[in-house]
Amino acid sequence: MSYEAFRHFADSWGLLFMVLVWIGFALWAFRPGAKQHHEDAANMIFDESENDG
Amino acid sequence: METLTMKVGSLLLVAFLAFVAAASAADSGFAVHMWIVVAAALLATFVIANKADFAALARGGAPKPDQSRYDDDPVRWGVIATVFWGMAGFLAGLYIALQLAFPVLNLNLEYTTFGRLRPLHTSAVIFAFGGNALIATSFYIVQRTCRARLAFPGLARFVFWGYQLFIVLAATGYLLGITQSREYAEPEWYVDLWLTIVWVAYAIVFIGTIAKRKEPHIYVANWFFLAFILTIAMLHIVNNLAVPVSFMGSKSYSAFAGVQDALTQWWYGHNAVGFFLTAGFLAMMYYFVPKQAERPVYSYRLSIIHFWSLIFLYIWAGPHHLHYTALPDWAQTLGMVFSIMLWMPSWGGMINGLMTLNGAWDKIRTDPIIRMMVMALAFYGMSTFEGPMMSIKAVNSLSHYTDWTIGHVHSGALGWNGMITFAAIYYLVPRLWARERLYSLRMVNWHFWLATVGIVLYAASMWVAGIMQGLMWREYGADGYLVYAFSEVTAAMHPMYLIRATGGLLYLAGAIVMTYNVWQTIAGRSRTEKPMSDAAFDPEADRPIVSPQTVPAE
Repeated sequence: MSYEAFRHFADSWGLLFMVLVWIGFALWAFRPGAKQHHEDAANMIFDESENDG
Repeated sequence: METLTMKVGSLLLVAFLAFVAAASAADSGFAVHMWIVVAAALLATFVIANKADFAALARGGAPKPDQSRYDDDPVRWGVIATVFWGMAGFLAGLYIALQLAFPVLNLNLEYTTFGRLRPLHTSAVIFAFGGNALIATSFYIVQRTCRARLAFPGLARFVFWGYQLFIVLAATGYLLGITQSREYAEPEWYVDLWLTIVWVAYAIVFIGTIAKRKEPHIYVANWFFLAFILTIAMLHIVNNLAVPVSFMGSKSYSAFAGVQDALTQWWYGHNAVGFFLTAGFLAMMYYFVPKQAERPVYSYRLSIIHFWSLIFLYIWAGPHHLHYTALPDWAQTLGMVFSIMLWMPSWGGMINGLMTLNGAWDKIRTDPIIRMMVMALAFYGMSTFEGPMMSIKAVNSLSHYTDWTIGHVHSGALGWNGMITFAAIYYLVPRLWARERLYSLRMVNWHFWLATVGIVLYAASMWVAGIMQGLMWREYGADGYLVYAFSEVTAAMHPMYLIRATGGLLYLAGAIVMTYNVWQTIAGRSRTEKPMSDAAFDPEADRPIVSPQTVPAE
């Protein structure tokens, strides 16, 4: 692959792929049921029944 | 017994090989380094052999450490190393700041010139102070959030001591003039290889601990640590691809040339900022701020979104260090655009940290450790606003190569990295050494104000110096000639250099107060002092209202 072709691939399909993956990761945080999961995760460091000093 | 024999045997082999390398070295710097390796290997052999419990070994194996406690020895060493290297790095910084104001301090010796002491300062504060803080806090946090002891305890100890050897080799190399002159990656090829080995061991310990976790969820701080460890490994290896001139010499040549080399260096350089000084320290923030505030992080969802945004954006921002150079225009613009986009996830992290205090804002008044964390986040927000602004080409044409850049870096390093590290140290020391409290909370307050005033003096003087410098450089006369000579610009900056050195002195003074405080805490003393806050009480006013005596009527 020549430099020119590589660069054009990077700023078209490559860029689109990265944007879609990022959107996927970001939307994943909004999936149904995520709210409770996040609350548990955030409070995990304070769980006294699990030996948190 | 076999492991002990193996350890001592391989260390002696390393010492012997380093001795041979020292004897057949192509240059004196390489020979000095190999002697340091010989000394380090012999010292390690002596300590291991001396410390071994032979009676227990004879009974059939040393007793296993208490599995019901976290493995905190490397964390304790790391905290002490952080304080020690911090002092060394701050002192070197103050000295080179004074060198810029008073060139006579170069002492007319090659070993003490600004050019050799500057990388000593930058590496000491970033990799020795910051790196030890990251290793120590990551080992502390990953154990607590995974509810598991460190995987591979022997390897964890190797990581700590191997990293100290890397620091010593890097620092002595700079003084001897051994450098591949890549920003924040000055050590030569053999030191780079050593760091690669140590870093891979670090990754194995960290990932191994996550793998054996007793807690199903991987807490967000570990995500940031993992991003930091993996990305630094990738950056370090690619940036340091080089061919040594001789396997017995310290000189090497980069695998890249020209503008590709420049871009590789700044791809590394900016991501050292992004993943070492940002992702790693955000990991500290996401554990210590909620723990100290005793409140969960403001929005866990925001922490995930800004994590992925930082990861996806930071890696492309490097070209903004090469505006108006031979780098293709599109790459410069790409760097600028991604830098501006970075503003949002950076502020996402700042807002998430600050809002964790929502409902407990009074702690800023009563708890100097929280105050330090808030100041750290404030400086994080400020420098991540300033950075994208400076990456805009029009702004960069004024700011680049001036002391504005130095001011920007220090508001991030002293303000964000320094303050959050100090706060983490104050959080950790009483817990790690099982003390009821710190020796003195009032000294933390002194440290806070000394450091804050120091940073303000530093950043403000460098803004003035940098903008003045930029404006003087670009000043054309009517006849098309530059108005100011370089020497005139340098002379005009002298007062700013004095203010900057004063700021550095205050920051160092704060760190000295911290060292004393940490020292006394570890020694088990606690200072008798008035608490930081108390509800008002005036015994004089604590009386009933006496109504005038009523005389009974006669």
